[in-house]
Amino acid sequence: MEVFLQTLVAGILKGGLYSLIGMGMSLIMGVMKIINLAHGQLMMVAMYITFACFHFLGLDPYLGLFIAMPALFLLGCLIQKYTLNPLMEVETILPENQVLMTVGIGMVLTEIARFIFTSDYKSVQTSYSGATFFIGETSFSVALVIAFFIAVLFTLIMFWFLLKTDIGRSIRATAQDKDAALLMGVNAKRITIITFGLGSALVAAAGTLLMPIYYLFPDIGGPFTRKAFVITILGGLGSTVGAIFGGVTLGLAEAFGATYIGMAFDDMIGLIIFILVLLFLPGGFKRLTKI
Amino acid sequence: MKKYAPFLLLFILIIFPLVIQNSYYQHLMILVLMWVVIGSGWNMIAGYTGQVSFGDAAFFGTGAYTAGLIASKLGLSAWWGMAFGGFTAMAVAFPFGWICFRLRGAYFALASLALNEICRHIATIWEDLTEGMVGILIMPSFLSKIPYYYIALALAVMSVLMVQIVMNSKWGYYFLSIREDQDAAESLGINTHHYKMISLNIAAFLTGMAGSLFMNYMGFIDPEVVFSLHDISIMAILVGIVGGVGTIYGPVVGAFVMVAVHEFFRTGFFGFFKGLAALTGSEHLTVAAKYIGQAHVLGFGILVVVVILVLPNGIVGDWGKIIRKVIPMKTKGVTT
Repeated sequence: MEVFLQTLVAGILKGGLYSLIGMGMSLIMGVMKIINLAHGQLMMVAMYITFACFHFLGLDPYLGLFIAMPALFLLGCLIQKYTLNPLMEVETILPENQVLMTVGIGMVLTEIARFIFTSDYKSVQTSYSGATFFIGETSFSVALVIAFFIAVLFTLIMFWFLLKTDIGRSIRATAQDKDAALLMGVNAKRITIITFGLGSALVAAAGTLLMPIYYLFPDIGGPFTRKAFVITILGGLGSTVGAIFGGVTLGLAEAFGATYIGMAFDDMIGLIIFILVLLFLPGGFKRLTKI
Repeated sequence: MKKYAPFLLLFILIIFPLVIQNSYYQHLMILVLMWVVIGSGWNMIAGYTGQVSFGDAAFFGTGAYTAGLIASKLGLSAWWGMAFGGFTAMAVAFPFGWICFRLRGAYFALASLALNEICRHIATIWEDLTEGMVGILIMPSFLSKIPYYYIALALAVMSVLMVQIVMNSKWGYYFLSIREDQDAAESLGINTHHYKMISLNIAAFLTGMAGSLFMNYMGFIDPEVVFSLHDISIMAILVGIVGGVGTIYGPVVGAFVMVAVHEFFRTGFFGFFKGLAALTGSEHLTVAAKYIGQAHVLGFGILVVVVILVLPNGIVGDWGKIIRKVIPMKTKGVTT
């Protein structure tokens, strides 16, 4: 029972961070109808920014949020503006050119990180990295709990932004029907740029929050891109609410898999869930909730 | 002239190893021919049928492991892998396609990426069968490269012919209609799921054969080599898009260009920087040469970005455009 509770807690806490990653991907997916295969790599860039701030300036990883998020927002906007948007005008046989482009961008980002920081494993050691507290018999990692609550906070801000602000409404309108939004006077191109920036900033937040408890190397992006993709499929394509459920489900599944099956299967579990969802619930959680 | 160009190319390829005895260039040509096979397979499913696959390494690795396991577990010749490799790759492709062709476009691409990862994990974890990260080592059957060259050439010719025959048949038109508009194809009574499966299985067969050839030629495989996302799956995509998506000779051109680019980066611009460093005695250039040698993935990434932006239909597909850019005078003469 104790093991079960402990696994449950670990899964939910991890799930909060995963939702943040998945939400960024869903936003981009919803507006542009493309899958961003550089998502994990953008997270890796954010983690290196946080690491550099900590290493050279002695900045606490959580303060690094205020540098990493704007930086990634800018990077995301630039990527969308100068590489993905021009592709819309290019005539080509393959409709997936934009996806291929994100793969190329992901490779470039990874290799640049490898040039600057080499392939060595890096980590940020803070006073609270290994700290834990207990409720009953269950232990909670301090850093993970903080990360979880900040993730929840960002999720709430994101929903407020999407539901209440002008730009948020434009983003939702573009996601629902691009042509109609254009006719209503929404500058769809600008919206795609902002959306990509926002998605990158969200994943940057997830990366920075992971930093105190995780290690870092240039190839870390790939596994997280795959996780983001499993979350998006789980939650339903382009659904932000679905991404939260998807994130928590993946977090739980990974935690239980690691406890009861074996650590070596950590990465496999997400992929197995992915296939099960495709077989039995194509459309993901979105289909169950109708949101 | 255009009609005879393929025969001329084939003739040059047949006499190539007899004229050029240097085994380094023969090795590169074997790789080029292997990539022609893989590129043709990718072109079949992605270029003609429009289902972009990021998981070619799954089929390639399955073919390679088939040959490797036949040699190491059954004690037979690894050449039996050439007979079975294509079919085991199809055995992987069949359930995958059956499940994942419910997905469209980018989602299918991601599913194939997942297949690639699943295969790599299985090959790593299942140590009793595959030896895990230790890999499989077999003794090559020939010392000379020439037999491998002609086997690779035969395979490459077979795959190009196969693509050509399929694309000129009824199936080919079905594939194209699925690429252009899947819903329209469905409404015209084409069983799109069925024909996508056929296309995927042809692609898997070709890629699996190439994998078996790789095992026989290289003599060593491990999961990181044959299930590599960057070195196999992305390279297959690059061969396809650099050469020209949806063209029969696109993969041939793409394979030449990509193997050349790969070597170019791996050897540091064919030793140019190293030579320059030795000549001038500059330490910075030595360091630069070392970095450039490691930068082939970065080069690939930049190449993907540039090719998609500038030559979205590849060298063969955009040949007219390139000619017009390079020789503007000529087109002016034609149009006026």
